[in-house]
Amino acid sequence: MNIMETRKNEPVRIGFYVCHCGVNIAHMVDVEAVAKYVATLPNVVVSRNYKYMCSDPGQEMIQKDIREQRLNRVVVAACSPLLHEHTFRGATEAGGLNPFYFQMVNIREHNSWVHTDRLEATRKAMALARAAIQRVPHHKPLEVKKVPINPDVLIVGGGIAGIHAAITMANAGKKVYLVEKEPSIGGHMAMFDKTFPTLDCAMCVLSPKMATVGSHPNITLWTYSEVVKVDGYVGNFKVTVRRKPRYIIEDLCTGCQECVANCVYKEPKFPDAFNLGLGKRKPVYMPFAQAIPSIAIIDPEVCLNFKRGKNPDGSYTVSDKCKKLCVVACGDRKAIDFSQKAEDKEITVGTIIMATGFKTFDPRRTPYYGYGVYPNVYTALELERVINASGPTEGHLVMRNGKEPKRVAIVHCVGSRDENTNRWCSRVCCLYSLKLAHLILEHTDAEVYNFYIDMRTPGKSMEEFYNRVAEEGMHLVRGRVADVYPDPNDTASGRLIVQAEDTLTNRILKIPVDMVVLSVGLEPRPEAEDLRRLFNLSCSSEGWFLERHPKLAPVSTFTDGIFLAGCCQGPKDIPDSVAQAGAAAAEAFSLIDKGYVEQEPNTAFVLAEECSGCKSCIPLCPYTAISFNEETKKAFINEALCKGCGTCVAACPSGSIVQNLFEDQEIFSEIDGVLAPLPQ
Amino acid sequence: MSKPKVAFYWCASCGGCEETVVDLAEDILGVVEKVDIVLWPVAMDFKYKDVEAMPDKSILATLLNGAIRSTEQEEMARLLRRKSQYMIAYGACAHLGGIPGLANQFTREHILKFNYEDGPSMANDKKTRPQLVTEDNGRTPRLPALTNVVRSLDQVVEVDYYVPGCPPTPKITRAAVTALLENRLPPKGSVIAPDIALCDECPRKATKPANISFREFKRPHQALMDPQKCFLAQGVVCMGPSTRSGCEAACISGGMPCTGCFGPTSRVRDQGLKIMSSLCSNIEPKDEQGISAVIQGIPDPIGTFYRYGLAKSLLRRKVNLPTD
Ligand SMILES: Cc1cc2nc3c(=O)[nH]c(=O)nc-3n(C[C@H](O)[C@H](O)[C@H](O)COP(=O)(O)OP(=O)(O)OC[C@H]3O[C@@H](n4cnc5c(N)ncnc54)[C@H](O)[C@@H]3O)c2cc1C
Ligand code: SF4
Ligand code: SF4
Repeated sequence: MNIMETRKNEPVRIGFYVCHCGVNIAHMVDVEAVAKYVATLPNVVVSRNYKYMCSDPGQEMIQKDIREQRLNRVVVAACSPLLHEHTFRGATEAGGLNPFYFQMVNIREHNSWVHTDRLEATRKAMALARAAIQRVPHHKPLEVKKVPINPDVLIVGGGIAGIHAAITMANAGKKVYLVEKEPSIGGHMAMFDKTFPTLDCAMCVLSPKMATVGSHPNITLWTYSEVVKVDGYVGNFKVTVRRKPRYIIEDLCTGCQECVANCVYKEPKFPDAFNLGLGKRKPVYMPFAQAIPSIAIIDPEVCLNFKRGKNPDGSYTVSDKCKKLCVVACGDRKAIDFSQKAEDKEITVGTIIMATGFKTFDPRRTPYYGYGVYPNVYTALELERVINASGPTEGHLVMRNGKEPKRVAIVHCVGSRDENTNRWCSRVCCLYSLKLAHLILEHTDAEVYNFYIDMRTPGKSMEEFYNRVAEEGMHLVRGRVADVYPDPNDTASGRLIVQAEDTLTNRILKIPVDMVVLSVGLEPRPEAEDLRRLFNLSCSSEGWFLERHPKLAPVSTFTDGIFLAGCCQGPKDIPDSVAQAGAAAAEAFSLIDKGYVEQEPNTAFVLAEECSGCKSCIPLCPYTAISFNEETKKAFINEALCKGCGTCVAACPSGSIVQNLFEDQEIFSEIDGVLAPLPQ
Repeated sequence: MSKPKVAFYWCASCGGCEETVVDLAEDILGVVEKVDIVLWPVAMDFKYKDVEAMPDKSILATLLNGAIRSTEQEEMARLLRRKSQYMIAYGACAHLGGIPGLANQFTREHILKFNYEDGPSMANDKKTRPQLVTEDNGRTPRLPALTNVVRSLDQVVEVDYYVPGCPPTPKITRAAVTALLENRLPPKGSVIAPDIALCDECPRKATKPANISFREFKRPHQALMDPQKCFLAQGVVCMGPSTRSGCEAACISGGMPCTGCFGPTSRVRDQGLKIMSSLCSNIEPKDEQGISAVIQGIPDPIGTFYRYGLAKSLLRRKVNLPTD
């Protein structure tokens, strides 16, 4: 920094470098012509082109020029600043300059990759370069600030991904808040009987991990809860979590379930959500046997002690109409509290891991498969429950009519790989379909038909798994099912005809079956968009949370300090979800362990003399960095909170907020530069 | 030592600026004593040729009011520039284009047609329009031509100082003249008024809430106004936050919101854009429908946000209107 202060009054001397990026840029932009043109611009002392500016020799070239040519500004025209701004700022600094005397021009993503006319692309590169050359003289030396990181972590979603990340962080001694919206953690995996490719019992591997979460001294588990507000920034997020009332006091409930046994409803009567409505439960219930936390919950929609229906504010009114045998049964434990209200908890964490998972495709959107119309059409998830020893039929594969199916069709790719529904491959359906076929064969004597488009079994041990179960005697038919309809010759039994074209034999097949299982694809959760906004994330066009870079930053997001794990980022199986959860935990941990975050100096500040105190800016900052000083009657920006979004800068009606790196002079010069006429 | 020479001139203006000079009342006498007025068409009889005959730079300062919208005004501006050491843009029209600058929303043809043919008070069956050259009993009187666009003074000649306001207040005028005569001039190009927005000196400042958010906009006549409370807090557009202070909140004290005549601060290139981005950022609804319902309350955004500044703004003029 000092170096620069002394050079303040020296004339501006710019070094300009245009990168070939191998051929990525050079094939569409005449880099030599660009370098030649820029050499003619004011203040430019050196103008070069080079094959890989980001390589060591490229960076050394910059440093050498700074020293030998006494450069005091550096401009590199190359790829996206997202990729290499950091690199070149580093090179500029290593050459002895303040790193913010550097400016980057993107002529790859914004130019060579998107254009097809070499002449025009070259002219555009010249215009963009000129914009930077005109901007950079106005740059000022800036300082990167270090802000300490809060070591606590928030994990949103308690599926296998969230569970694994939580345990990893907690074992490393970090305090973890795990927020799950359902009454128990476990996610989808808790619903499965066995898992491919190992065919080990899902609960046997999952429940010890769930129990660890429940008892870990470093994990605060908040189930039946949702994040409602997120403020702040990496290292210092202020999060509000709403704990919905379960009408049972968590600290007092022992999980004995005597309340359930003694409820005035002698028999379970209401559809059981965990079993997808295939089973029944009482108004007071345990979500499932191995639920964590092992705490009962009361459903105010059906409990007699509440009036039917929600109040507009989301609460329920106690009617006091019930004998409350549950309360009697609970006795001295006194865990039941009908007056419980939603409670907001505010926490501060330094990092966040999103692990909110997926939802399955709703097959009502493909009506030709008859789901919701014919009772013997099931989704794969429903079959997981039916075939599960702790499921509604205790593991007996029987249909809604109580009969065991003799013939079962499994339809792959339901909702996936289809222009009309979801275009993507859901990655796990072929494999879980094979798993389900195997389980059906294990449980019954039924004949099983798998209708697939392509059999996709990538991944370690997956092809072997396929070969193994394929030999068990299931029929594998290559063909997309076009229609499912009742057997016209047998209307009484509920038998269905599955019609498909076998693309290997070119025959139309019409196979009568008792049961149809739809291998529904994986989709973003419907509230993903709300979460995206709440956490300030990006989503892919399909609605999955977007990773910062598919290869180089696959669990990071565009918001510093927020990481992704599991299916909220895209369809994947359990091994990949867990691996990703570990990676997300490691990323979070590396941030925390460093102890501080470096803050881009692109922050805004109020010109105290000039501010009129109009207060226009005060409510606008998304990071609540701006306050009004009642003594001076002026606005004040807390630099540590400012993320440089520029909202207030644009909104200050008297131009009294300035943002580093985006000063008016810099931007207007840039605009002038890009619009200036080019030589013919 | 001879007294310094001063010229006053008016271009496209309403005459209000001349009025302020007179409004200096006793003070004008002090000024008159100290200077020689060499041109002041509104009050004294000088001719074009008198000015033309003067040596270049022989006038200390010309205070020119009004925008430039005709060939004659342009010619006078250039002539006076040549003859003066300091060219001072006096009043909002010379400073920013002013009210006449609003004409830049329309073509010259549109304006002439409306004013000589379509205007509701027009009785001009022959559709006669002013001619640049006519024959009349052997004489050929000539009229200056209207330019296509209205320009601020500095869009035509170099300007040394600006005295803002519609019209400039006596206090501002006195400050400018004193600075000139006592040779205590600020850096060239300065606007002679504080470089802080009006809220700073507004008597209603304390009543503006920190979390202003607009659910509707009203015009002053559409509501019973609280005479103590910030106009914006009452949903009435006030240009104060984006307008230079120095007027001592004259309009506010008279019960009307600021309309922006002092122009933006030195840090702002486009006053209208700035106030718009400020107000719009604070509109309460965040969905398209809700937002358009709120902005319905501002039926004439140009007339509201660019009342004085259109010619000098980044918007400048109607698309494709020739620049001169
Ligand atoms: C029918 C079927 C069978 C499958 N079989 C296998 C198999 O055999 N082997 C295999 O490897 N993979 C299998 N999979 C894939 C497997 O389900 C996923 O890989 C795994 O569940 C992903 O875990 P997750 O934690 O990312 O998501 P999820 O399991 O979906 O968990 C997400 C959790 O986040 C919670 N949540 C969501 N939103 C919020 C919010 N806003 N706030 C708080 N919490 C929230 C949810 O309630 C849920 O508990 C199968 C998938 C299906 C559909
Ligand atoms: S630029 Fe302004 S609005 Fe944006 S974070 Fe900084 S202080 Fe807040
Ligand atoms: S908007 Fe600008 S002038 Fe108004 S209070 Fe904020 S910084 Fe000050």
